[in-house]
Amino acid sequence: MMKPRVATVWLGGCSGCHMSFLDLDERLIDLADKIELVYSPIADIKEYPRDVDVVLVEGAIANVEHEEFAHIIRRNSRFVVSFGDCAVTGNVTAMRNGLDPDDVLHRAYVELADLTPRIPRDYPTIAELLKQARPLHEYIRVDAFIHGCPPTADQIWSAVSELLQGKTPALSHVFLRYG
Amino acid sequence: MAIVTLTINGEQLSATDDETLLQIARQNNIELPTLCHLDGLSDVGACRLCLVEVEGSNKLAPACTTRPMEGMVVRTDSERLKKYRRMIVALLASEGNHQCSVCMVNNHCELQNLAYDVGLLYVRVPYLYPDKKIDASHESFIIDRNRCVLCTRCVRVCHEVEGAHVWDIAGRGIDCEIIADLNQPWGSSESCTSCGKCVLVCPTGALVKKGESVAEMEKHTEFLKYIVTARRKGEWISFEHSEE
Repeated sequence: MMKPRVATVWLGGCSGCHMSFLDLDERLIDLADKIELVYSPIADIKEYPRDVDVVLVEGAIANVEHEEFAHIIRRNSRFVVSFGDCAVTGNVTAMRNGLDPDDVLHRAYVELADLTPRIPRDYPTIAELLKQARPLHEYIRVDAFIHGCPPTADQIWSAVSELLQGKTPALSHVFLRYG
Repeated sequence: MAIVTLTINGEQLSATDDETLLQIARQNNIELPTLCHLDGLSDVGACRLCLVEVEGSNKLAPACTTRPMEGMVVRTDSERLKKYRRMIVALLASEGNHQCSVCMVNNHCELQNLAYDVGLLYVRVPYLYPDKKIDASHESFIIDRNRCVLCTRCVRVCHEVEGAHVWDIAGRGIDCEIIADLNQPWGSSESCTSCGKCVLVCPTGALVKKGESVAEMEKHTEFLKYIVTARRKGEWISFEHSEE
């Protein structure tokens, strides 16, 4: 039997959800036997592949690259999971939403800079911020949600285990938690 | 006061006609979610979470402000009501900025618990991400209107229990907001006694103590019971009495 092709993506988030994923500890070894990891910030793979069975998406849609990527993820994946509160609600990433993106960049790169205060605009590799950071499901259809900031390792393990058995994770009360 | 017999969820119950449907339900271990209701304060039916179906009426009735009637047939748990409750919590979540992870009352929040109770997996309507006023001018407390659900518990506790009536609601519809005195910074309020009751009864992180960090603040509303009970027994001089 072919192993399920699993991906994880890091959009507008702090990578805390991925840190929590790594907190699976020795369970990662079990998991590595059961899946084929085809794309992830913790694997050196440049392009999001086709035919992904399950993808965990961390973070809100905060810039134009995220937006474009979200649609690629949807096209190429069977089961898309919003992974953590930023993907589900916008959460901390969306705290800038009441402000103008230019003011936010100015605050971060000019006012708070120790060296060479300058907004990094002139590089083609740096994506423009969207006016607001918004949850993933406002852009693409999402099939399941893992809550928490970050989700706990147990929560991730429970959800991933069920997903690998082909089930939509039944999010019991224990695992429905914001914050 | 008269004794009436009514049916809630198929169960025959008797109650007195000066009670509310919410009181009767809770006395009989029938669960009803609430947000604006708090034992010891008057009921205003603001949050609509305790809506119930009453046979013969095509409107839903808030249990907290509805009195029982002889032969009344009430349902509290239909699929329609569950759907509406989930919708109400979703709308409350979408209208404010409730980033639980950076909130002082994280894990001690009534809105958060309601989201779990109604099984709010995600919010279907677009988030508004409002930019409402935060007021930290008071020496001990902060009001963050972005986390306010307009339950008006603060308004009522300040008026009914503390007798100061600092808080009110200004505006209409989506523009409604809690204001201090004549819509001025809280710190400049002359009527505020800094008692902190509003902070303790606030179900979310809209009213918090200064100097607390994320998830540190627990709200305790038990004090209300003592004040209200003592006042009923005449052991406490109430606002009304002191004016005589």
